[in-house]
Amino acid sequence: MTRYFTKDHEWISVDGDVATVGITDFAQNALGDITFVEVPEAGKPVSKGDTAAVVDSVKAASDVYAPVSGEVTEGNPALEEAPELVNTSPESEGWLWRMSVSDAGELADLMDEAAYAAYIAEL
Amino acid sequence: MSDTYNIDSGDEAETPETLTLPLDAWHRARGGRMVEFAGYWMPVQYEGIMGEHLWTRENAGLFDVSHMGQLVVSSEDEDQQDAVTALEALMPADLSILKVGRQRYSLLLNETGGIIDDLMITRWPGGFFLIVNGATKWDDIGHLREFLPDDITLTHRDEFALLALQGPRAAEALASFGIAPAQPQIVPVDQLSFMQAGPYVWNGVELHISRSGYTGEDGYEIAVPAESAEALAEMLCTHPAVKPIGLGARDSLRMEAGLPLYGHDLNEEIDPISAGLSFAISKRRRAEGGFPGADRILTGLSQGTETVRVGLKLSGRQAAREGAEVYHGEEKVGVLTSGGFAPSLGCPIAMADVPAALGEPGTELFIDVRGKKLPATVAAMPFVPHRYFRKGAAK
Repeated sequence: MTRYFTKDHEWISVDGDVATVGITDFAQNALGDITFVEVPEAGKPVSKGDTAAVVDSVKAASDVYAPVSGEVTEGNPALEEAPELVNTSPESEGWLWRMSVSDAGELADLMDEAAYAAYIAEL
Repeated sequence: MSDTYNIDSGDEAETPETLTLPLDAWHRARGGRMVEFAGYWMPVQYEGIMGEHLWTRENAGLFDVSHMGQLVVSSEDEDQQDAVTALEALMPADLSILKVGRQRYSLLLNETGGIIDDLMITRWPGGFFLIVNGATKWDDIGHLREFLPDDITLTHRDEFALLALQGPRAAEALASFGIAPAQPQIVPVDQLSFMQAGPYVWNGVELHISRSGYTGEDGYEIAVPAESAEALAEMLCTHPAVKPIGLGARDSLRMEAGLPLYGHDLNEEIDPISAGLSFAISKRRRAEGGFPGADRILTGLSQGTETVRVGLKLSGRQAAREGAEVYHGEEKVGVLTSGGFAPSLGCPIAMADVPAALGEPGTELFIDVRGKKLPATVAAMPFVPHRYFRKGAAK
């Protein structure tokens, strides 16, 4: 399983042609207390860069973009009752959705963990 | 991901450069996350808005509100009658009966009855002390300079910081630091009543303290010379009940308390009656008029207004924010002026201007959030009961 990162602070973990997407610890820290998450429904087709989820914090609502194109297979059902999982476990239990990856070539545009760490260190 | 709706803008006119306030370094040292607000760098949060909000409702929160304008209006005559007359021409409060050491909420009005700013006014022995909004203070000063007669003196006390200590343990905390009344007739800080104020001395520093605030809780606002602000803030935070609180929680606390925010719920178009501020039109002024926009305002009082400011409770967890459209069935009936998650209630709340016929608590409306119609119910405000300290009042 390989994990990639976007400049907009999403992470995507890819296992074959199936991927899990969430927001990074950096992102949840910037957003503050998360009160609601709108996750996409299974079957929704998404193109790279589309708004696929919305994360609501006490401060603001933020769009979460699809890091690559594909089809949503599952939204994280745990977030309906416990949106704070995105704060407490952003890169594990607080995942947002799972999807198929239609063009693995799009992953080449993303950062690996080291590149992302260097990227946020500059912010 | 990206922030699509940012509530942290002060709606100020374009400011050439962001200024710093006396406590800037102190906030940064305490981990405050600094944002631009009303032309200044201010802390939006320290540990987190939710925790800071709940801490204030249970303990005491220290807020830096030094961006607000501190003004003194005075006249040559000893009883300040000329200042009373001059200020009553600009605002609807009855200042003739305002005693020394008493504070009122009032409004600067334009000629059509729109709200130029909302403010707190306190009678001092030698004039009136006004606290106005940070984002509007320069316009307020311009307005006052233009409309106050030449023999009235306007002083901008920009050498003072302003701290607010708010919460059920604020009195206990403030009373623990040896802050003494500056004059024999002034009561100790914990015996001040809501909307009462006076001069105090702490370590040789003169403070002006009022029992008032913007959270719905008991608490104080403390004007302190800028050079002593850091020492005062530092000392207050040594009390176990006191933590510094950012602007984010200040906004959620005031929303739960049903208190309007200038530039959002109030502006130059909306009149005080539509905005739910009838209480700010004093009894004598209702009878006599003589303030800007009196025709429109007194008509609104006697006949009602077309729209009213209402509170809304949303049934889900998704928040709706300022600017979201409000629907009654299929018909668009208004726009949110404020909105967000209410930490003490565990649900989103909002304020909106809607037609008066839809203002009754229990009325069911919808709020459009990104194309989704979220159900919302008109609710009485405050959403969270006020807990002001009124001396002699039964608890």
